[in-house]
Amino acid sequence: MSAPIELPKWADVSLVPILAVIVAFLIAGLVVLGIGESPVKATVLLIKGALGSGEGIGYTLYYATNFIFTGLAVAIAFHAGLFNIGGEGQATMGGLGAALVCLRLDFLPWYIVLPLAIMGAMAMGALWAFIPGYLQVKRGSHVVITTIMFNFLAATLVVYLLVNVIGKPGSMSPETRVFEASAHLPYLHEAFAFFGMTIPKSPLNLSFILALLASVFVWILVWHTRLGYAIRTVGHSPTAATYAGISIGRITMITMAMSGALAGLLAVNEILGVQGRLLLEFSSGYGFIGIAVALMGRAHPVGIILASILFGMLYQGGTELSFEMPRVTRDMIVAISGLVILFAGALDGLIRRPVAGVFARLLKKGA
Amino acid sequence: MPAIALTGIDKRFGEVRANSNVNLTVASGSVHGIVGENGAGKSTLMSILYGFYEADRGTIHIHGNEVRIRSPKEAIAVGIGMVHQHFMLVDPLSVIDNVMLGAEGGALLSKGEQHIRAALAKLGHDYGLDIDPDAIVGELPVGLQQRVEILKALVRGADILILDEPTAVLTPDEAEQLFALLRTLASQGKTVILITHKLHEIMAVTDHVSVMRRGEMVATLETAQTSPAQLADQMVGRHVLLDVSKGPAKLGPVRLSVDHLVIKDSHASLRVKDVSFDIRAGEILGLAGVAGNGQKELLEALAGIITPTLGRILLEGEDLSLVAPTPAERRVHGLLHIPEDRQRMGLVSAFSAAESMILGYQTDAEFGTGPLLSSSAIEAHTTKEMDLYDIRPRDASLKTAKFSGGNQQKIVLAREIEHHPKVLIVGQPTRGVDVGAIEFIHKRLIALRDAGVAILLVSVELDEIMSLSDRIIVMCGGVITGERTPETTNDRDLGLLMAGVTERAG
Repeated sequence: MSAPIELPKWADVSLVPILAVIVAFLIAGLVVLGIGESPVKATVLLIKGALGSGEGIGYTLYYATNFIFTGLAVAIAFHAGLFNIGGEGQATMGGLGAALVCLRLDFLPWYIVLPLAIMGAMAMGALWAFIPGYLQVKRGSHVVITTIMFNFLAATLVVYLLVNVIGKPGSMSPETRVFEASAHLPYLHEAFAFFGMTIPKSPLNLSFILALLASVFVWILVWHTRLGYAIRTVGHSPTAATYAGISIGRITMITMAMSGALAGLLAVNEILGVQGRLLLEFSSGYGFIGIAVALMGRAHPVGIILASILFGMLYQGGTELSFEMPRVTRDMIVAISGLVILFAGALDGLIRRPVAGVFARLLKKGA
Repeated sequence: MPAIALTGIDKRFGEVRANSNVNLTVASGSVHGIVGENGAGKSTLMSILYGFYEADRGTIHIHGNEVRIRSPKEAIAVGIGMVHQHFMLVDPLSVIDNVMLGAEGGALLSKGEQHIRAALAKLGHDYGLDIDPDAIVGELPVGLQQRVEILKALVRGADILILDEPTAVLTPDEAEQLFALLRTLASQGKTVILITHKLHEIMAVTDHVSVMRRGEMVATLETAQTSPAQLADQMVGRHVLLDVSKGPAKLGPVRLSVDHLVIKDSHASLRVKDVSFDIRAGEILGLAGVAGNGQKELLEALAGIITPTLGRILLEGEDLSLVAPTPAERRVHGLLHIPEDRQRMGLVSAFSAAESMILGYQTDAEFGTGPLLSSSAIEAHTTKEMDLYDIRPRDASLKTAKFSGGNQQKIVLAREIEHHPKVLIVGQPTRGVDVGAIEFIHKRLIALRDAGVAILLVSVELDEIMSLSDRIIVMCGGVITGERTPETTNDRDLGLLMAGVTERAG
C-alpha cells in the first residue's frame, strides 16, 4: 500500500490534466512521425482547424456541446458513487423522446413544441437510466452492467421503431420525416442574425447555451442544494449516509434519472438543433467520451466545459487535419483522442505520482 | 532460541502511531496469544510480520537470523504462514486446487498436483488434518475451509503459523477442534500465534499471552500465571481516574426503554441476545464491555441504522419501530447518536468541517431555504460551534480529515449536542482523543446529564465508565452480564463481568 497522493488543489485540477494532454500529444506525435509527417505541422494544423476560423470555432463548440451534456451526465453519477456508462443509450432514447413530441406536435408554434421536445428528450433519457438505478437498488444488479446492456436495448429499439413504426414511409434509410420548422432549435448564426449581428455559419445552435445552463444547474445542484449534499454523502461514505438518515436507494434512483436526463439532452443538440429528424446512431460515441470528459474535468462543471472544448477541438481540428494531411486519417484522430482518454483517465496515476513526488521533494526542500 | 523476536517495531500511518516500539518474543513450539482491543495494533504488527507492511523502524529475527520481510512471498520463504480472518479461498475450486494455487510447480498441473497430494496425505497423517482433497471448497463447512487455509500454509513449509481472529466465524465445536489442532501443531514443534480479543480462548489454548494497547506492547505473561480479569485490566488500561466532578443525579422519568432486544447480523449470527434496560432523564447509563461483544449492534439498533430481529425500543413510551423507524425520524424525536466510528459514520472525511457539521441535519430549515443549502448559514453556524467547543483550527472550510481525532470528535459532539437531545447515545466518545479533549468531552456529557438528558455511554475505557456513569451495565457475548453502580464496584469486578464471569467478586 502506498500513501495517498496529496497534491495542492490547483495542481490537481490544472497541472495534472494539462500534463496528461501533453504526454498524449507527444506520443501521438511519435505516431505521426512514424508515418512520415511532421508532428509540429500536424499540431499547428489541428489547432488552426479547431480555432483558426469563426467556422472552425463554431464546429468546435458544437462538438463540445455534446461532450458537455454527456460529461455532466457521467459526473453527477460519479458524485453519488455511481458509474453510468449508459450515456449512449440514454442519448439515443432522448432522441426518440424528442422525435415523438415533434412528429406529433410540430404543427404547433415553436414556443410550445421546443420546450415539450426538450422535456421529451430529458424524460426518455431519465427513464433509460432510472431503470438500471431501480434494478440496482431493488435487485442488486450493478448499474455498470445494466447501463451497458441498456445501450444495446436503446439501439435496437430505435432501429425497430424507425423501420416499422415511425420511419418515413417509402424511405430507404431508417429515419423519420423532417420536422416542421417550428421544431427546429435555431443555429447561433440565425439567433445572432435576429439581433442584426453576423457570425460565421456552423452547426453551433442554442443547445450550447442550454449546455452552459445545464452546467450551472449541476454546479448549484451538487454543491448548493440539500439533494446535492445527500448525493455527495452517498458517494463519499454510504455508512455516513445511512447514519444521517439518507436513503441510499432513493438517492441512487434520483441521481441515475438526472444523469440520464442530462445525457438525453444530447438529442437536443443533434436532433432538434442539427438533423431535424430522428436517425440512427446520432449519438456516435459521445456517451462514452463523456466518461473521459468527466474524469478529466474532475467531475466539476468548469472542468467538464474545458475538457469538452478540448475534445471538441480534437474532433474539429482532426477533421481539418485529415483534409490537409491525407496520410493522417480519421482513425489517427480517434487514436489521439484515445491517447488523451488513456492518460487523463486510465493512466491518471502515471502522471499524478511523479508530479506528487516532485511536490513532496519541493516541500521537503522548503521545510 | 525463540522462533520470533521483534525488537523496537515502529509503524506510523500519517499521524497515527499504529505500533510504537513494540517488542515481542515468541518461543519455538508454543502457542502465543496476542490480545488487545480493536485498533490496539495487533493486526498491524502481524501485517508487518507477514510482509504486508514494512516497519518504519525495528528488527525481525526468525530463529535467530535477522530478516527483512517485504512481501508475503518473503514471509513464506522464511517459514511464516498466515490464516486470515476472512479466508483467501476460491470457492468453486477443489481443496487440492486451492492448496496448489500459487505453488503449481510449472505450466502443467499434473506434477504439482501429485506433489501436493502426497504432502496433504503426510500432513493428514502427522497432525490428524484429514480432508478430502477433491472436495469443492465452497461446499465445505466453515471449520473445514479454515483447515484448508492452515493446510495451504503448512504445505508451503510454514513452521510459524499466524491465525487472525480464527474463531470469529466458527461454532463453539469447531473452535474446540481448532484449539486441539493448534496444540498438536505446537507439540510437534510448530509455533502458533493466535490473535484474538476473546479472553477465554487465550486461557484455553495459549502458553504465553502478550497484551497490546494503543499501539504498545503493555505486557507479556505466562498464561498459567494470569486470569481473564487481569488481562481485561491490561487491555483496557488502568489509568489514573480523570477527575470528573459531578453532583448526584436528579433522576427524571424513564426516557428510553429497551425491551428484550435480539439482534442478528447480516450473517444471521446472534450479536445481541435478549437485552433489556431503561435509561431515565438526567442519568448516564454506562455500558462496559470488551469491544465486539454486541455493543456496536445495540447502538446501531437504537439509532435506527439496523433493525432488531426481536424486541422493542421505547422512547417516552412510544415504540420507535412504529413512530420513527429511520435514523432521520429518530433525530426528529430527540434520540441523537454519536457513533463509535466517527471516521466512517459520524463524519465524511472528504467534506469540509462545515459540511460535516450538518450531517444528518441537512434538511433543517436553519441551513437553507427550500431545496437550497446556504453555505454562509452553514459556515456561520460552524464558526459559532467551533468557538463554543474550541475546535481547532477554526477553519470551517478545512477538510474534515485534516482535523485531529479530538477535534473531529468535537465536531460530532457539537453537532449532536446543539440539536437538543432528549436521549443521547454515545459510542466510544474519547477513542483516539487527546487528554485535554477528553476532559472537555466528559464535562459536556455531565452538563447534558444535569440538564435532564438521558445518556447511554458505551465505552471500552473502564475509567470513563466509572467516572461518568450513574449506573453501569456490562455486556459480554451479546448478553448483559451484570448491573452495578460506580460506588459498589471496581475495575476487577467489572473486568470479570466483561470476561463473562458472573459471580460477584470482592
